[in-house]
Amino acid sequence: MKHLTNLKLKVWRQDGPDVVGKFETHIVESVSDEASFLEMLDQLNERLIGENKDAIVFDHDCREGICGTCSLMINGRAHGPQRATTTCQLHMRTFSSGDEIVIEPWRAAAFPIIKDLMVDRSSFDRIVESGGFITALTGGAPDANLIPVPKPVSDAAMDSAACIGCGACVAACPNGAANLFTGAKIAHLNVLPQGQAERFKRAEAMVNAMDEQFGSCTNHGECSAACPKEISLDVIALMNSDFRKSKSKNRKQLSRG
Amino acid sequence: MHRLAQVSVDIIDQMVAQGVPFAREYGGMLDNRSFGGAQVSRTFYARGQTGQQLLLGAYQQLSRQIGLGGVRLFNRTELVDVVVVDGRCSGIVVRDLLTGEITSHAAHAVVMATGGYGNVFYLSTNAMNCNVTAAWRAHRRGAMFANPCYTQIHPTCIPQSDESQSKLTLMSESLRNDGRIWVPKNADDTRPADQIPEGERDYYLERLYPSYGNLAPRDISSRAAKRLVDKGHGVGPLKNGVNLDFSAAIDRLGRDVVQERYGNLFQMYERIAGEDPYSTPMRIYPATHYTMGGLWVDYELATTIPGLYAAGEANFSDHGANRLGASALMQGLADGYFVLPYTIGNELAPMLNKNIPTTDHPAFVQAETEARERFNAYLNVSGTRSPDWFHRELGKIIWDYCGMERTQQGLEKALSELPALYSEFKKDLRVTGTGESVNQTLEKAGRVDDFFQLGMLMCRDALDREESCGAHFRSEYQTGDGEALRDDKNFCHVSAYNWTGDPMAAELNKEKLEFETAHLATRSYK
Ligand SMILES: Cc1cc2nc3c(=O)[nH]c(=O)nc-3n(C[C@H](O)[C@H](O)[C@H](O)COP(=O)(O)OP(=O)(O)OC[C@H]3O[C@@H](n4cnc5c(N)ncnc54)[C@H](O)[C@@H]3O)c2cc1C
Ligand code: SF4
Ligand code: FES
Repeated sequence: MKHLTNLKLKVWRQDGPDVVGKFETHIVESVSDEASFLEMLDQLNERLIGENKDAIVFDHDCREGICGTCSLMINGRAHGPQRATTTCQLHMRTFSSGDEIVIEPWRAAAFPIIKDLMVDRSSFDRIVESGGFITALTGGAPDANLIPVPKPVSDAAMDSAACIGCGACVAACPNGAANLFTGAKIAHLNVLPQGQAERFKRAEAMVNAMDEQFGSCTNHGECSAACPKEISLDVIALMNSDFRKSKSKNRKQLSRG
Repeated sequence: MHRLAQVSVDIIDQMVAQGVPFAREYGGMLDNRSFGGAQVSRTFYARGQTGQQLLLGAYQQLSRQIGLGGVRLFNRTELVDVVVVDGRCSGIVVRDLLTGEITSHAAHAVVMATGGYGNVFYLSTNAMNCNVTAAWRAHRRGAMFANPCYTQIHPTCIPQSDESQSKLTLMSESLRNDGRIWVPKNADDTRPADQIPEGERDYYLERLYPSYGNLAPRDISSRAAKRLVDKGHGVGPLKNGVNLDFSAAIDRLGRDVVQERYGNLFQMYERIAGEDPYSTPMRIYPATHYTMGGLWVDYELATTIPGLYAAGEANFSDHGANRLGASALMQGLADGYFVLPYTIGNELAPMLNKNIPTTDHPAFVQAETEARERFNAYLNVSGTRSPDWFHRELGKIIWDYCGMERTQQGLEKALSELPALYSEFKKDLRVTGTGESVNQTLEKAGRVDDFFQLGMLMCRDALDREESCGAHFRSEYQTGDGEALRDDKNFCHVSAYNWTGDPMAAELNKEKLEFETAHLATRSYK
């Protein structure tokens, strides 16, 4: 185990949604390279409490890249420098002694800041509420093996279902668009046989809910590069194609396949 | 158990219908694999993230109801008390985590699905926000808390790397399907794993439990690892882990197959440990993972407060003294989808058209006042130590004396140290900030307070149970070859506790266990 010394942190502090925020500088004199990035912040918070100051507020829960709660812009990059890695999985060994590290919350109009580094991502929930499900009332579901799902299809659904709803794609996008998230949610259900009945209705409703809250996609591709689950840009293509079809005149025919 | 087995059949069907992408074989049928404590492949899975996918499936169904206006969701809101009027659960008191505001909700019935209490150990595989507050506050209002000392230690977690560690990461048990567990035979062997010849490796699970081998149940595998590490055979910089080696599987199946099965777990390991498990064995060590104890419930999942129900890990049902792999999700889904919808109606039907107490009832007003005072009190101690500091100290005591192996002496020590530390907590706590906006330090203080009280009950329960059974291992009660020794004559019962006002002096009720169809036996994993 090695130690990193003399890190200069510039951390965004903001008391509430409607107050002006500012950067605060903290020196971390020593931290183990085995510590995770959030553990480094824990240690800083312990020190702040020791100095009778308010701890820095940030979102986190599972701390293993599964829940999508953690959300930090680190040196201008959503979830920091490491590819396919959430903030909570990022370890200090990725940094070096003496580094300056700028820590900000997700910056996007659709994710208002709650306090310090914590943002409100309920705009994502509203997209899912508009259609990100299969209508399957409890009870009476047919035997799961009655509808065979080809392995490549279930694998493709799983690739999209891996999205953890963290919002890095939106934070990384110059337009604050949510196309990668919405595309992932649509692609997960729209490729499965079980999702066909509501396929086009789903695409239409979710894209509309997205457009009401988020910016427009201009194909920068920053989203996929920032995504900790490496969701592919293909999901956006699938979403767009299903959305277009949902608008076509003979949409009633579409659900017949 | 019988009911769980029956309804579990419907769970996969229901989840697949909802779009959960369970793994399929090439023919399109569902695939399955084996898990700890089972010798046959019977577990359905969604890559290495079954729990996450089931959660997303349930979340999508909930979202649908929210979209339809049938359900209202209160995000970032914490239950801080339960309100009982005339012996019935009449609602809850909550704290808005964004504004600190304390308000109430009146209800005909309340369901708690608030998870387990593994974080009492400070380090566990559970999410950081997992806590016992909801269940504990219900307990304090009259709900019995059962078998608190039954806590499961999971054998395959990444070992702690330093003091600052905030949580431990589970490496899915499914890895034990293809990974072989070993330590160097020579405790002083410091060579890298790949330079230690076969003959100098101790594949101890295969040696001790030939029929289950690397898939021996969790408690057995955990204790075996602890013994070898305690004897100095541990691997890694702190010598606090054992090897989980995939080289044989990679030779047999090829790297591609191994990657397909465990790719995301390998990647997760590499992120945390900074080592590549395709070329170096993983290092693993046991960690707290699941709590079998919880709120006592009857067959209808009702607690001892009429109108209050507990589902999932928050209740004590179904798993006895130890839980087998994959059954937590099964139980949670069964409780929520197939049990409660049928049983809660029995409670609700007679209440049709009857008035229930509203939130201006004195019991609500009083509970709200108490909650406000409680949170103000944390802010006003103005001591010197943070809630996290106390949590870490508490966790050390519980882990050392009420963890994988327990002794009378150790538990008595814990029961003398805990009240002392708890009174320190009340005198020397420091919470900075205010109670009127997001304050995670304050939230933590409330949770640590409840963990202290629970910790005392856990140790008392572990001391009282003078036998070893399942995950509860008392060193005094073991067979000649180190296996758990049960005492069915004196301890074949559930220990359910009533709150008396003093966590050190809870009232014990014994519920006799009766076995009608399957009879009590000792399972051998050899
Ligand atoms: C890393 C890991 C891997 C696992 N893998 C498996 C597996 O492969 N198979 C398996 O069967 N089981 C597995 N388990 C166990 C299983 O996931 C859990 O037992 C299960 O998720 C518990 O579900 P639950 O709904 O009862 O509680 P939880 O999922 O813990 O949910 C409780 C919820 O209540 C909230 N809450 C808590 N207190 C309050 C309060 N006071 N007010 C408001 N909200 C509150 C919490 O924030 C949380 O959202 C695993 C567990 C972990 C930690
Ligand atoms: S698509 Fe990727 S970046 Fe966007 S929310 Fe999902 S996991 Fe996060
Ligand atoms: S805390 Fe759950 S993904 Fe980072």
